[in-house]
Amino acid sequence: MRTVKAVGLLSGGLDSTLATALLLEQGVEIQGLNFSTGFCLTDHRRAMRRETDPRRIRNEALRCGADLRVPVDIVDICNSEYLGILTKPKYGYGSAANPCVDCRSFMFRRAREYMESEGGDFVYTGEVLGQRPMSQHMKQLRIIERESGLAGLLLRPLSARLLDPTIPEVEGWVDRTLLGRISGRSRKGQIELAERFGLGDFPQPAGGCCYLTDKSFAARFRDFLKFQPGEYVPRYDDFLLLKVGRHFRLPTGTKVIVGRDAAENRFLIRFYDGHWVFQVRGFEGPTVLSPEPLEEDDAGLVAGIAGRYSSGRAEALLEVAFGRAGHLDRLARVSPLAEAMVKTWQI
Amino acid sequence: MNGSASLDTRGLLCPVPIIKLAERMRAEPPGATVRILSDDPGIAVDLPAWCEGHGHALLSLEEDAEGCYEGEVRKAGPSG
Repeated sequence: MRTVKAVGLLSGGLDSTLATALLLEQGVEIQGLNFSTGFCLTDHRRAMRRETDPRRIRNEALRCGADLRVPVDIVDICNSEYLGILTKPKYGYGSAANPCVDCRSFMFRRAREYMESEGGDFVYTGEVLGQRPMSQHMKQLRIIERESGLAGLLLRPLSARLLDPTIPEVEGWVDRTLLGRISGRSRKGQIELAERFGLGDFPQPAGGCCYLTDKSFAARFRDFLKFQPGEYVPRYDDFLLLKVGRHFRLPTGTKVIVGRDAAENRFLIRFYDGHWVFQVRGFEGPTVLSPEPLEEDDAGLVAGIAGRYSSGRAEALLEVAFGRAGHLDRLARVSPLAEAMVKTWQI
Repeated sequence: MNGSASLDTRGLLCPVPIIKLAERMRAEPPGATVRILSDDPGIAVDLPAWCEGHGHALLSLEEDAEGCYEGEVRKAGPSG
């Protein structure tokens, strides 16, 4: 009898870990697949280099693979097609900048292609019916199946007995009676399963690891898109910048980004190209960026913001060096702006 | 002297070093070894986990004074 092979979409959260354990228990060969979207909070924490606790920076999908002894491939999907979906989603956004239905349809389509290339029989996920408001209700689950071309070949082991039987169940590749009937937002069923499988090292709750669900990020995301021309082609660097620093939009439309600490200042250095850079002289202060082109009249305001967030904020007058692409060949003498004024521009 | 292939991923942010290593390992025969350089501190937890899941042997993983990691991995399967 041939071995059944399944491709699992693994975030490494508890749910996908349990779904994997349920199928391993039935002798299914597992190939894990983890998509790198570019919007993972853990990846960003690592990039900032503030964290020293390995549990805060580890890739949970790889951790899951190690714990269950299954191979996990990480696939980078942060390309123009994916970014296009994020900026113009067919099924709209959730409560933030999260187009979950479109995003998951895209991922599942890629998973189907991966399954076909790897000789897999079906795809599974750790999704739980009714757990998330946007993407895990029955209607959305069906849309995602249809859009991805995975109808009948997408198994949700944790909720399988509450859903219509899939091809793997009908064909007897997996025993439906041994799968789960978990639904809703309670984690009770998952905790019981985790205890049965001896899984004690729970990762962070799934769903809390994507920047697109963050309200602050969403405000910046919407503001950014509002100021792009109609023919704008999304670039990942544009969105990467939205994760870092304080963001301001001046009345003229000029955008300003202010590093909040040494880690962010260091990170912003990689974005010097294409930006005007401002740094306060003689005092400790943030790295401040403003995208090109910059209106001449706005340079003083940006310098004043830089002054406001420097250790010289109480001074009457500060010198702020600035220039394009990190060449600080100009000098502005400005008063640090008042916090009340600056806050009205903050996104 | 060893015959390991080398992969320099310094300057690349996670999870790109592991993606690059996986691509490289796919092109190598079973038993081959690959050395990876990375200055992403997450490699210290991710490389052992990735090896464990794939069944590859992590032969060594060391950090130098500048925070750069060097690891050596042997691909699963007979070494010939």
